[in-house]
Amino acid sequence: MSTIRMRISPAGDVLDVKALVRHPMESGNREDKSTGEKIPANYIQVLNVEVNGEQVMQGNLSEAVSKNPYINIKVPGKKGDEVTISWTSNTGESDEASQAA
Amino acid sequence: MQTKRRVFLKGSLAASAAGLAVGAGLLSPRTVLAADWPQSAFDTEGMDNAMDELFGSHDVADSGDISVKAPDIAENGAVVPVTIESSIAGTNKIAIMVASNPTPLVASFDLMGANPFVSTRIRMGSTDNVTGVVQAGGKLYKAGKEVKVTIGGCGG
Repeated sequence: MSTIRMRISPAGDVLDVKALVRHPMESGNREDKSTGEKIPANYIQVLNVEVNGEQVMQGNLSEAVSKNPYINIKVPGKKGDEVTISWTSNTGESDEASQAA
Repeated sequence: MQTKRRVFLKGSLAASAAGLAVGAGLLSPRTVLAADWPQSAFDTEGMDNAMDELFGSHDVADSGDISVKAPDIAENGAVVPVTIESSIAGTNKIAIMVASNPTPLVASFDLMGANPFVSTRIRMGSTDNVTGVVQAGGKLYKAGKEVKVTIGGCGG
């Protein structure tokens, strides 16, 4: 299952995109309480948003973004347009999801 | 003559080694993508320094045309909802910063057609201003909102 969930509400020529990404966003400062060892940093760095294959935004995130990042943006588009969101983490993992408005 | 030949051979060997590394996928496109992420701006301490790294300047003016929405009191610093909206024409970049966090830059958004509006949830270590920095027409503008944090959200 994709880590990305989105809800798109068309309003005129603007799409209101609400996205929720399932990701721990580990800062690298936290310790595992049972072993006392540091949990390595693992957070999303780049989050791209495309409408009909054309990039409209690049989000640069850091460890200071909350766990399971929520992003709400407004992009140009109309009902039926396809919104694609993709992310890449500092560990090199990535995911992508598309949804029609 | 002999030494020059040595040097030439060494040089060509090094060049072919680099070529092999690319061919073997050691330098994958993913490394190139990660280079898009402004590492130095995120690693820098101090608001002015982080702005220098991200925008190339910290010459920033207060603006009433930026709205920063955040709660007055955040019980849990690990999840602070923040919304930043700019009505400045030509806004092409929005950054969220918290001066007292270990590194002030929280996130930055490059707009390539998207509206100058972004809403997300951030971590705050202690009570401080959430600052929205906006780049428009090559100039920088900012606005802030104080959030009282009851329990910090950086450690745990």
